[in-house]
Amino acid sequence: MAKRRATPVIEFRGMRKSYGSATVLHGIDLALAEHEVVCLIGASGSGKSTLLRCADLLEPIDAGSILLDGIPVSAEDRDADVKRRALGIVFQGFNLFPHMSVVENVALAPRVALGLSHDEADGRARTLLAQLGLAKKADAYPDSLSGGQQQRVAIARALATEPRVLLLDEITSALDPVLVAEVLETLRALAKSGMTMLIATHEMSFAADVADRVAYLEGGKLVEIGSAKQVLRKPKDARTKEFLRRVRSR
Amino acid sequence: MAAPRRSRKGTLVAAISTIVACIAVAAVVGSSAAWPEVQHAFFNGERFANALPSVWGAFAINVQLFVFAELLILPIGLLIALARSVQAPALAPLRLFAMVYVDFFRGVPSILVIYLLGFGVPALQIPGLPKDPFFWALVTLVLIYSAYVSEVYRAGLESIHPSQERAARALGLSRIQSLRHVVIPQAFRRVIPPLLNDFIGLQKDTALVSILGVVDAFRRAQILKAADFNFTPLMTTAVIFLVITFPMTRFVDWLAARDRAAQLGEQR
Ligand SMILES: Nc1ncnc2c1ncn2[C@@H]1O[C@H](COP(=O)(O)OP(=O)(O)O)[C@@H](O)[C@H]1O
Ligand SMILES: [Mg+2]
Repeated sequence: MAKRRATPVIEFRGMRKSYGSATVLHGIDLALAEHEVVCLIGASGSGKSTLLRCADLLEPIDAGSILLDGIPVSAEDRDADVKRRALGIVFQGFNLFPHMSVVENVALAPRVALGLSHDEADGRARTLLAQLGLAKKADAYPDSLSGGQQQRVAIARALATEPRVLLLDEITSALDPVLVAEVLETLRALAKSGMTMLIATHEMSFAADVADRVAYLEGGKLVEIGSAKQVLRKPKDARTKEFLRRVRSR
Repeated sequence: MAAPRRSRKGTLVAAISTIVACIAVAAVVGSSAAWPEVQHAFFNGERFANALPSVWGAFAINVQLFVFAELLILPIGLLIALARSVQAPALAPLRLFAMVYVDFFRGVPSILVIYLLGFGVPALQIPGLPKDPFFWALVTLVLIYSAYVSEVYRAGLESIHPSQERAARALGLSRIQSLRHVVIPQAFRRVIPPLLNDFIGLQKDTALVSILGVVDAFRRAQILKAADFNFTPLMTTAVIFLVITFPMTRFVDWLAARDRAAQLGEQR
């Protein structure tokens, strides 16, 4: 039992990623324990999105490995589609399917990827939407929703396959400031419910509030990683200090 | 659709100027010395009425041809478009084949293909191959228009932002499932106007079947014309084609205008 608990839900070992001759991730080592929330901070272009896309097996990596519950997985595996169901990702730009109602968006993966019946998938989707306060919007189409509501639908959609870990890529940065709070509130509730999450964010106060650990990424390297309090309040690395100073002076 | 936006006065002016223009054209044409002869040879009311039943009956061939062809072209065109977008390196030959196919049939005159297939293939006397000219006309139209339609589909598929497919893949759907549930349904809406445009062309091209000796509307009109060298039956055929294609051309323009309006609405 003790050993099982120690196995990280997701782990990156020496993960490298290049586009052509440009190396974007230089050997990332990071492990998330079950129920852990890690916030990924770093300037634009530091590689946060790339890290999350690789973690979601949407792009192959060039070296190193990704382990899911201790088992090596790769975007190039024949069953990568199956593995991807254990990984949920939410993008900055929502990317809801505009030709489907909200409930159809959420029920699609359970029905098509997991093979649930139409009614089962629909029921699961409505339950999730109700939990996220979107029950009334279930039969609406995405374009009639506010940005905050759309982003919460995207979260519900990512949760619909009951993933082991949720990956979130700056999901509030495309939202009007007044809509950010409702999305962050949803994430707080998810963290409380024990969801394991890796969250790229530029909301430092949110990171301080919700993260167990914070990782600072610069130039494709994890410069510093530690408890949220330590990294955000008493960063050890000069580069982390400089980044936080710049962010806070804005 | 455009009328409500125009003022009532504008509509009145447009109507009057259109009527005046028509009267002017009719007056000029009607007063020319050659008009009685032209009218007799092309616009002979009695001959028009006489030709109508038999040309209309022969038009059934054209209708059968384009209905069968369209039903076959819709799925075949999609398969070719998908073959052109396969990414797996092992399937590169399929992609190449689809590309060559499309380039070939878009570049060769329809009349040449129908001649080669309709006369050339039956001449080979290969047992088991049909000799029915209708069959070869159908094959020709399906081959040529599947190439055009596959390009329409391809443009439609490429117009759907890659982030849509990525979102579907991220949920654990396979590439095929993503295409089937996310990309194709969105692309289909966008391809309807250009698809109908190609089908209008196809409907007109069904008259090509006549060179193989099949008596379609065009051939029937030629036969009637040959009896007394009056061209009116050909005008009858033209009118019948227009009756079919005109509503479609208007519908396509209406769809295109509607989509433009919707896009403007989105940008606002
Ligand atoms: N598909 C791609 N092709 C080439 N370069 C890319 C691609 N995606 C990201 N990059 C590059 O990788 C670097 C990191 O980008 P990204 O992961 O988007 O950073 P972040 O999300 O932290 O802003 C940038 O320099 C970017 O230009
Ligand atoms: Mg990013």
